[in-house]
Amino acid sequence: MSRWLTDPILAVEHLSMRFGGLVAVNDVSFCVGRGDITALIGPNGAGKTTVFNCITGFYKPTQGRLAFAREGRADAAEVRALTNTGKRHARLPSGDIYLLERMPDHEIAAKARVARTFQNIRLFGGMTALENLVVAQHNALMRASGWSLLGLIGAPSWRRAEASAIEKARAWLARIGLEERADDPAAALPYGDQRRLEIARAMCSEPALLCLDEPAAGLNPRESAQLGDLLRLIRDEHATSILIIEHDMSVVMKISDHVVVLDYGALISDGTPDFVRNDPHVIAAYLGVSDAAEAEQVVAEISGEARP
Amino acid sequence: METFLQQLINGVTLGSIYGLIAIGYTMVFGIIGMVNFAHGDVFMVSTFIALIAFLALTTLLGIPSIFLALLLVMIIAMVMTSVWSWAIERIAYRPLRGSFRLAPLISAIGMSIFLMNFVQVAQGPRNKPLPPMLNEVIYLMGEPGAANAVTIAWRQIIIIAATAILLAIFWYVVQKTSLGRAQRAVEQDRKMAALLGVDVDRTVSITFVIGAMLAAVAGTLYLLQYGVVRFDDGFIPGVKAFTAAVLGGIGSIPGAVLGGLLIGLIEVMWAAYVSSDYKNVAAFSVLVVVLIFMPSGLLGRPEVEKV
Amino acid sequence: MAPAAAPSRLQQALRDAAFAGLVTAALSFPMLAIRVESDMNNRLVLEERWPLMFAAIAFIASARFLASMLDDWRARAGAVAGVWSMLLGAGLAWFTTGAQAALAPWFLGGGALLLAAALLLFRASPQEAEPASGAAPAAASAGRFVTLAGFVALGVVVAYPLVLLGWLGPQGSLKWINNYGVQILIYVMLGWGLNIVVGLAGLLDLGYVAFYAVGAYAYALLATTFGLSFWICLPLAGILAAFWGILLGFPVLRLRGDYLALVTLAFGEIITIVLTNWVELTNGESGISSIPRVTFFGIPFTAAPDGFAATFGIAFSPIHRTIFLFYLILVLALITNVVTIRLRRLPIGRAWEALREDEIACRSLGVNTTNTKLTAFALGAMFGGLAGAFFAVRQGFINPNSFTFMESATILAIVVLGGMGSQLGVALAAVVMIGGTEILRELDFLKAVFGADFDPSQYRMLIFGFAMVAMMVWKPRGLISTREPSIFLKERRAVAGALVKEGRG
Ligand SMILES: Nc1ncnc2c1ncn2[C@@H]1O[C@H](COP(=O)(O)OP(=O)(O)OP(=O)(O)O)[C@@H](O)[C@H]1O
Ligand SMILES: [Mg+2]
Repeated sequence: MSRWLTDPILAVEHLSMRFGGLVAVNDVSFCVGRGDITALIGPNGAGKTTVFNCITGFYKPTQGRLAFAREGRADAAEVRALTNTGKRHARLPSGDIYLLERMPDHEIAAKARVARTFQNIRLFGGMTALENLVVAQHNALMRASGWSLLGLIGAPSWRRAEASAIEKARAWLARIGLEERADDPAAALPYGDQRRLEIARAMCSEPALLCLDEPAAGLNPRESAQLGDLLRLIRDEHATSILIIEHDMSVVMKISDHVVVLDYGALISDGTPDFVRNDPHVIAAYLGVSDAAEAEQVVAEISGEARP
Repeated sequence: METFLQQLINGVTLGSIYGLIAIGYTMVFGIIGMVNFAHGDVFMVSTFIALIAFLALTTLLGIPSIFLALLLVMIIAMVMTSVWSWAIERIAYRPLRGSFRLAPLISAIGMSIFLMNFVQVAQGPRNKPLPPMLNEVIYLMGEPGAANAVTIAWRQIIIIAATAILLAIFWYVVQKTSLGRAQRAVEQDRKMAALLGVDVDRTVSITFVIGAMLAAVAGTLYLLQYGVVRFDDGFIPGVKAFTAAVLGGIGSIPGAVLGGLLIGLIEVMWAAYVSSDYKNVAAFSVLVVVLIFMPSGLLGRPEVEKV
Repeated sequence: MAPAAAPSRLQQALRDAAFAGLVTAALSFPMLAIRVESDMNNRLVLEERWPLMFAAIAFIASARFLASMLDDWRARAGAVAGVWSMLLGAGLAWFTTGAQAALAPWFLGGGALLLAAALLLFRASPQEAEPASGAAPAAASAGRFVTLAGFVALGVVVAYPLVLLGWLGPQGSLKWINNYGVQILIYVMLGWGLNIVVGLAGLLDLGYVAFYAVGAYAYALLATTFGLSFWICLPLAGILAAFWGILLGFPVLRLRGDYLALVTLAFGEIITIVLTNWVELTNGESGISSIPRVTFFGIPFTAAPDGFAATFGIAFSPIHRTIFLFYLILVLALITNVVTIRLRRLPIGRAWEALREDEIACRSLGVNTTNTKLTAFALGAMFGGLAGAFFAVRQGFINPNSFTFMESATILAIVVLGGMGSQLGVALAAVVMIGGTEILRELDFLKAVFGADFDPSQYRMLIFGFAMVAMMVWKPRGLISTREPSIFLKERRAVAGALVKEGRG
C-alpha cells in the first residue's frame, strides 16, 4: 500500500469551497504522505490554489476536514474524537494532530507548521534577502527576545539567539546560491532568485509541510532543474513533506512521489506519477474533452498522426 | 409623530445636500482610488461663489425674480467651481498619480488647508449671513401657529426637487454616454484603458469637474437653506458626505445618494431625540460602525482578498 | 488639434502662459476680485478689488511662461523670483506713494539683476540627468552619512539653548528657545511616535491627535484633581494613552488603507467633540487652567526662597523653566527615538516593516498580525500621550482647540514628508514645517512693503498648506526615502526608496 495512505501527514477529506455560486473546490479528498513530494496538478482554474488557501487558512472551507498530523501517526478514531470535541488541536502520545479548517492562518503557520509560497511571489520587497529569512523566524525570535524586553536591554541570551538566526539565514542563502546578495533588497533580485528566496524563507520557519504554488512558473530550463534539486534536497535533508502545484510536467514527473489531479474543482485522479500519466481522465482533462472514451480516441489520433 | 414627520422632511433636505457632495467623493475614489480630502473645501468655495453671484445678481444687476436669480447662481457656481476642481486635480494630484499611496492624500490635505485659508484671507474670517429667503411654508399637517404643525418651506421643496432633477441628468450622463464608459474602464484598469485609447487624464479631469459641479449645486442649496457661509464650512460637511459615500458603499453612485439621505436623517433625528451637542458624534459613529462591520457599505461590491 | 508645423518654443511658452493666465483669471474672478463685506447695517455688500486679480494673473502667467522657456530649475527659480520682484516694484510705483513707493526702484533693480544673473549663469547648462530610480549604489553610502548627520544634529540641538542664552541673554533668547526649540521638539517627538505606526507598520492613522489629547488631559486632570506630581503623571499619561490605543485599535486594525485612516480620523474628531461637550469633566471650551507647572524634580521655578533660582544661588529668570522644558522634551524625544531604533532591530520591529511590505506573506509565516499591529498602535499612542502630558505642563492651560484635525494632519505630513520610516527625515521635516511656519510669524517687515494694515500672520497656514502640496509634488517619497536594513551580513547598504512599500493598512 502506498505511503500516503499508511502514513499521511495531511488528510484532506470532503473539502469544498464555494464563492457565491461558483464551486471552486467540490468534495475533494486526498492524502499527503509524510516525507513525500506530492504534486497537485490540473488545468487553469481547476481550484488548486484554492485548496492551498484552505490548507493554509487564508480561506475558510465551506465544508470538509483537514486533519494534519504534525508528527507521529494519527488514526481515524483519534481524529474523529478530536473532531467531536470542537477543539483545534490534540496532543496524543504519538504526536500532535491539528484540524486546520478550525485555525486562523497565522496559527497554522506557527503551531501546525505549514509554510507556503505564493503563485505571484510575495517577498518583502523593500527588505533585504537576509531580513526576509529572519522575519520567517519571527515566533522563535520573539520568544528569545522576551517579547522585546530582553532584546531592548540587549541580554546575552537574545544576542546568541539573534546570531544563530542570522547564521541559519546565511546557511539557507548559501544553499540557494544567494549569499553574495544577502544585503540586497529582495525586490532587486532576478525573478528566479526571488522564487528560490521565497522557498528558503518558508523553510526558515521550519515547516513540517511545505506548500509551493507553481514554483517553476517563469523559470528557464536551467533554473527549473536547479529548483528540482533544491526540492529533493529539502525532502532528503529535512523532516519536511512537500505539496507542490506545478504545470511543468517534466518537473512534476521527475520529482514527485505522488500526484493528485483536479479538474473543475473535482478530484479526477490520484496515484503515482506513472499511474496518473496514463490515466485517460487526466488526458481528457488536459486536452479539454469531456469523457474518457473520447480522450482515448484523441490520443490515438495524435499518436497516429505523429508516427508517419 | 408630528415631530418625527417634521424631522423627516428636514433630514431629507439636509441629506440631499450631503448626497450631492458624496457623489464627488465616491466618483473620485472609484476612479483613482484616492480620498479627495479637499472636496469638502471645494464645496465651501462653491458656497462663496454662489454668495457672491447671488449678491451681484440681486443688488448690482437687480434681477427681480428670486427663482431666476437662483438658477443663474447655480449655473455660475457650477462653472466656476469646476475650474477650481480641475485646477486642483491638475496641480496637486495629477503629478502624483501612480506614485506612493500616501502622497496624494497628504497633498489633498495640504490643498484643503490651502483652500480654507485662501478663502479666509480673500473673503475675511467672519460669518457672511444673508437674510433668509423663501421662508413661506406650506402646512402639511396642523394649523398655522400650532405647536404640532408639520411644515415644509419653499426652499426645502426647491432643494429636494433640484437634487432629484440634477441626479437624473447626472445619472443619464454616467450610464448612457461614452464618458461613463470611459470612466468605468479607467476604474477597472487604468493602464489597459490607456492602451485601448481611453484618454485617462481627460477622463479623470472630467470626473473631478462633475464632482465639483454637483458640489456646487450642493453649495448653492446650502446657501439657500442656511444663508450663512464661513471659510471653515467645508470640513464637517465634507467628512459627513464622505461618511455618506462609505455608508452607501464607496464607488457606488446610488449608494452615495442613499448614504447622504441616511446621514442627513440620522443627524437630524439624533439632534431632535438625543442631544444636539453630540450631533456630529452621530455621523462619526456611523462612519466607524459601518467601516468596522460592513466595510463595503450598503450598495458597494464586497472586496475579496485574493491570495 | 494637429498643428502642421510644431510651434516654436516661444509660441508654446506664450500659449502656456496665456492658458495659465486664463485659468488664474477664472479662479480669482469671484474669489479675489470681489469681496463680500458687511456694511454698517450688517447687510452684505460687494467690494471690488480688480488690481488683486490682475496681479495674480500677471504673477502666475509670467511664472508659467518662464517655466516653459527655461529648462534648468535654477534658471527657472531665479528668473521667476526676478520677474516677480519687478512686478512687485511696478505695482508699488503705480499704486502707492511715500515710503512704500520709494521701495519700488529697489525691487525693480534687484529683480532685473536677479533675472539677468539667472539667465546668464544657468541658461546654457544642460538638463540635469535624472537619477535612476532604483539605484542602489547611489544610496550605498547614504546610511553612514545619515548616522553621522544624526549625531552632528544632536550635538547642535544640545548646545542650542545655551549658545542662544550666552549670545542673546535671558530676554532675547526666550522666544528662540521656546517657539523654535521646544515647539519643534514637540513635533519631532510626535512625528517619531507616529512614525512607528505609519512609517514602520504602514498603518495610516489620521487621528493621532486623540492620544496627544488623552495624555494632556490625563496630566491636567490627575494633577488638578488629585494633586499628583508631573513625574508620577507622566508615565500614567503614557500608559493611559497606550491603553486607549489598544482599545481603539482592536476593532479597527482589520481595516485596510484609507478606511483605517478614516476611522482613526473619526475617533480623533469624536474625542475632540467629547472633550468639548463633557463640561463636568473637562470644563468644555473654557478648558483646564492653572495646571501645575513643571518643577526641577520638586523644586519649583519661582522667585520664592525655595525656588530653583534661590536654591542654586542664581538670579531668577523665567528662562530657567524654558530651558528645563527644552531639555525635558529633548530627553523625551530621544527616548522615543532610541526605543524606536532598538525595536526596529528586534523581531517586533522587523515584523512591523514586514507587515508594511506584505501582510499576507506575514501571516503565512506565522506572524500574528493583529498583535503586531496593536503593539505598533499602542506604542505610538504611548509616545503621543507622553508628548501630550508635556504639552499640558508646558502650557499650564489646555482646551480642545489644541487637539483638532489640523494637528493630526500636521504630524502625518511631517512623517510622510520626512520619508516614511526615516528617523532623521522626520526630525528634518519637523524642523522645516514647524520652524517654517514659526518663521512666518516674523514677517512684520513686509508691512513696509504692503502697507501698515497688512497682516502677514494671516498667510501662515495658507503658505503651510501650499508647502505641503508643493513638497509632495517635489518629493512624493519624502526627504529621506531610503531604508536602512535592520541587520546585514557583510555590508549595510540602504535600500532605494522606490523598492520600499508603503503598506495598505
Ligand atoms: N477569492 C475568490 N473569490 C471568488 N472566486 C475565486 C476566489 N479565489 C478563486 N476563485 C475562483 O475559483 C476558481 C479556482 O481558482 P484557483 O485559483 O484555485 O485555480 P488554480 O487551479 O490555482 O488555477 P491556476 O492554474 O490558473 O493558478 C477560479 O474560477 C477562480 O476564479
Ligand atoms: Mg493557482
